[in-house]
Amino acid sequence: MNNKITQNLYLLPYALWIVLFVIAPLLLVLYYSFFDIEGHFSLMNYMNFFTPVYMKMAFSSFWYAFLITFISLIFAYPTAYLLTKTRHKQLWLLLIIVPSWINLLLKAYAFLGIFGTKGIANSFLEAIGVGSKQILFTDFSFIFVSVYIFIPFMILPIFNSLNEMNPSLLDAANDLGASKWTTFRRVIFPLTINGVKSGCQVVFIPALSLFMLTRLIAGNRVITLGTAIEQHFLVTRDWGMGSTIAVFLIIIMFLIMSVTGNRKRGV
Amino acid sequence: MSKLVRFFFAIILVSAVLFYTVHELNNSEGYSGRNTLTIYNWGDYIDPQLIKRFEKETGVKVIYETFDSNEAMLTKIEQGGTTYDIAIPSEYMIDKMRKERLLIPLDHSKLPNLHYIDKRFMDLPFDEDNKYSVPYFWGTVGIVYNSKMLGGKKITSWNDLWDSDLRNKILLIDGAREVMGMGLNSLGYSLNDTNHNHLHQAKRKLDLLTPNIKAIVGDESRLLLENEEASIGLVWSGVASEIMSENKNLEYAVPKEGSNLWFDNMVIPKTAKNIKAAHKFINFMLDPKIAAKNAEYVNYSTPNKHALSYMPKGTVNDERFYPSPELTRKLEVYENLGKKNLAYYNELFLEFKMHRK
Repeated sequence: MNNKITQNLYLLPYALWIVLFVIAPLLLVLYYSFFDIEGHFSLMNYMNFFTPVYMKMAFSSFWYAFLITFISLIFAYPTAYLLTKTRHKQLWLLLIIVPSWINLLLKAYAFLGIFGTKGIANSFLEAIGVGSKQILFTDFSFIFVSVYIFIPFMILPIFNSLNEMNPSLLDAANDLGASKWTTFRRVIFPLTINGVKSGCQVVFIPALSLFMLTRLIAGNRVITLGTAIEQHFLVTRDWGMGSTIAVFLIIIMFLIMSVTGNRKRGV
Repeated sequence: MSKLVRFFFAIILVSAVLFYTVHELNNSEGYSGRNTLTIYNWGDYIDPQLIKRFEKETGVKVIYETFDSNEAMLTKIEQGGTTYDIAIPSEYMIDKMRKERLLIPLDHSKLPNLHYIDKRFMDLPFDEDNKYSVPYFWGTVGIVYNSKMLGGKKITSWNDLWDSDLRNKILLIDGAREVMGMGLNSLGYSLNDTNHNHLHQAKRKLDLLTPNIKAIVGDESRLLLENEEASIGLVWSGVASEIMSENKNLEYAVPKEGSNLWFDNMVIPKTAKNIKAAHKFINFMLDPKIAAKNAEYVNYSTPNKHALSYMPKGTVNDERFYPSPELTRKLEVYENLGKKNLAYYNELFLEFKMHRK
């Protein structure tokens, strides 16, 4: 009896947190999404959302978020693998994490200089004979900078799952005659799939609603749903439409979480 | 566990030391803590030395915060929870804030320096009799261009920008009214036009400009133009005058089809806690010598007639930045178009931004 009361007491902070900071804001967003700009109840926002403008924007958000996640993964997996093989792995890992301590805005501004017509990147291209190129305000620069910013969050979970793997499993695979590729495909990758999944989630979801980089690095040549939300809340002050886009993003994120989330073992 | 305790302890200790330092620093400068004035202004829009001087003269501690659009400012003031004593919005926003009862009327008896302001900038339609606002700066929207990078080419009109030689050279401001206004003006329509047909024409015309646009950016455009990253930019006159003093190849033109004339005024929003200090500050900024110093720092045009005599002749007589009443008559001031029209402007602007090369 007593035990049950203390148990409920422990539950209290958690329940309060969830209600106040998760459920209430979500309901508020949903509530606002049903009001048009004049403050009348309507479904106009949802009808507006399913027009070519927003569909195109949703598509480009997905496409860029996918590219950012995919490229991060391609670079992060081998990096994480190499890190587990080094002697001072914690030190190397720290070096990869350090840039994420620096303010995002500062990093973005630094790239304005690096990618500029007279920046380091172009000086290098000229030195190797390729010649000066327009790098800033292109898809390339946008994806490059986004990957640079998100990659530590991809490396960490993959590194952890690789690090936790029992090395004797690899020996066993080897003893049973598996080639290196088979070992990777049948042993290493399946055992680290959870790290890959959580890495992808941590990168994909924020990448979906990126907005500041779209202006600073892509010069508004890339328009994502995040940009539209920002504009609706700050400029037009059409909170209804902003909320509608947010509702859509939330639904998509839930879908992604449930698809990539952990399924029960043995099923 | 003990590591965790030590970690938290260290954080608390650092916070305490920082708090104490701030407290001591304030005390050593003679601030009591209660007598503060919170100013909400555009970024880099006041000479910081003047804030120091105001603090020294009055003993009021100034807290300075910045915003980057009128709308962002409005949202923060409307939502409450802030204690801004002074804000500096533009004319159409003052009209809106006045109508939404977000402003406190000014007590003119506490602003003896008000008579220094040029009559031309007083009693304007957005705030008759200057009941709520006092002019701070004014200016235009125009085109800044790098004549060297363009091989001596001159730009005098909006329509010059559609020239196919200017591929990938233009920087635009990330503002719906500025960009849509440019489209409307280039077609000969008013930049306050709300006719949907005209707005659609303007949007279609802007779509054609896409190949010439390098980027649509915010405040970073001044950096990009100054460093010759781009050769043409749609900018506010003050930005132009600031970067022109850094880069001699730059020129500024107010397009002949017409453009925007704007005024930024000081107001006391409803959120004010220290109305007395707010009046003191407004009066302080109206002093001709102070206004002159501020204008030289900020580079925008001052409405203070007496301040002009303390400024270099070259600046004051420059028609590009101090256009005569005859010239400004051709320019238009933004009107408060209402939420619905503004949303429509933004919808079209968003569509324009989505238009790919």
